Amino acid sequence: MSFFVDVTLNGVSNGMIFAAMALALVFIYRATNIINFAQGAMGMLTTFIAFSLLNRGLGYWEAFAVTLAIGFVLGALVERVLMRPLQGKPELNPVIVTIGLLIVLEGIAGSVWGNNARGFPPAFSQTGLKVGHTKIAFSHFDVFIVGAVLVLMVATLALFRGTNLGLRMRASAFAPEVARLLGVRVGRILTLGWALAAVAGSLAALLVAPTTSFSPYFMDLNLVFGFTAAVIGGLDSPVGALVGGLITGLGVSYVGGYLGSSLQPLGALALLMVVLMARPQGIFARPEARRV
Amino acid sequence: MLAIEGVSVSYGAVRALDGVALEADTGMITAVLGANGAGKTTLLRAISGLVKPSAGTIVFDGVTLTGMPVEDIVRRGVAHVPEGRGVIQELTVEENLRLGALWSMGRRQRRAAIDQVYELFPLLATRRQRHASTLSGGERQMLAIGRALVAAPKVLLLDEPSLGLAPIVTAQLMTVLRDLTEASELTVVLVEQNARSALSVAQRAVVINLGKVVVSDSAAAVAADTDLRHHYLGF
Repeated sequence: MSFFVDVTLNGVSNGMIFAAMALALVFIYRATNIINFAQGAMGMLTTFIAFSLLNRGLGYWEAFAVTLAIGFVLGALVERVLMRPLQGKPELNPVIVTIGLLIVLEGIAGSVWGNNARGFPPAFSQTGLKVGHTKIAFSHFDVFIVGAVLVLMVATLALFRGTNLGLRMRASAFAPEVARLLGVRVGRILTLGWALAAVAGSLAALLVAPTTSFSPYFMDLNLVFGFTAAVIGGLDSPVGALVGGLITGLGVSYVGGYLGSSLQPLGALALLMVVLMARPQGIFARPEARRV
Repeated sequence: MLAIEGVSVSYGAVRALDGVALEADTGMITAVLGANGAGKTTLLRAISGLVKPSAGTIVFDGVTLTGMPVEDIVRRGVAHVPEGRGVIQELTVEENLRLGALWSMGRRQRRAAIDQVYELFPLLATRRQRHASTLSGGERQMLAIGRALVAAPKVLLLDEPSLGLAPIVTAQLMTVLRDLTEASELTVVLVEQNARSALSVAQRAVVINLGKVVVSDSAAAVAADTDLRHHYLGF
């Protein structure tokens, strides 16, 4: 029983990270119908910058803030420099460019910081909390993960639902041409969308880094899990990303706990197939939202 | 005044507009008529900047619009209601209207402008929080026009507003248009296949065929020309 509880808690904590990753993918997919395969690598790069800052003696929270800010700029730059010239071309073109960017960023990180795995310092203790006398597989750091991603989700929802900027963003995603005719500067909104996505992706990477072997490739698998979460959630809404993240996190954790961790990616793939067969549009999507 | 001079637009090898000239006078409704594929929609898209003309100029109140980005043309007071009722279905009625006024005014002014639209189209007021996807065709058209009016435009470009509407709804729409132009300096360019109802409210009419202007006259003269009507307008 306690093993089950531990695996479940582990799944929740992982699921929140996948949710943040999924949110990053959803931000961009909603606006452009592109899956950004470089999303994980962009987060990886900013997290390596955080790593260097921490090694130079900068405090965790300062490094945390600076890293998210760099993520914001990196996202905006990728949109302006790499994606903008491909506008109006077949959708496959920008997708291929994101795959190229993934390889380039991992190459850059490898040559600057080396390809060997190391440890990334956590913000909080990673030893399990105690409930009564039993230690559970949920640490202060896990509490931080859940809290940080919940803040990200609530902030995103508040932005979309409660602000004029969010209204502009939704309009640009749903009907870019009509939005332009209503005076929305859709190009700027697109840049902002990529920037915010990169912030979410950087957050996911910062949260993953202490729990994994930290190398230029540490986000590859998380991108797969985040993608699974995003598709399960319908590639459409923050709520979908959150629920998709939790489903993926729990699924992957159970597979890892009961069948062995080497089967985790396979488990995610199986989960993806089951959900796509039962509900091809994902759980939370608008019915017409997607062609897969 | 909106003055269009020698405007040509090509889509690849297909020339959609060929040296079109047109003057839409301030405070008047100019009907742009013609068969399917004549280039009417392309003309509106050229005015609002959605397509770039390969030749010619479009000038509004002394300002050259040709080459300006869409978002800036909107800020000069040109509102384009695209064909197929370009309401954003995923947004509510209120959100659609809010969006229409975002660039031009602050919160309080916007509230007043939106309430004015509800006064003009009372039916919309009862549907504020509903998604635009739940509206009927006529309601969507009202929303699309209302959303264009929220920003208090100087020029209103309407693309086939009667498409798919019941005749009585079309008649209501035309009445609203006439009232609007009579009460203000609003200039309307009304693209229609339904020539009869367009001519009933317009002061001027332009007939386009295969990308060229074939007739430009007063609406009454066009309506009275039986040959022309039979030949180009099908009634």
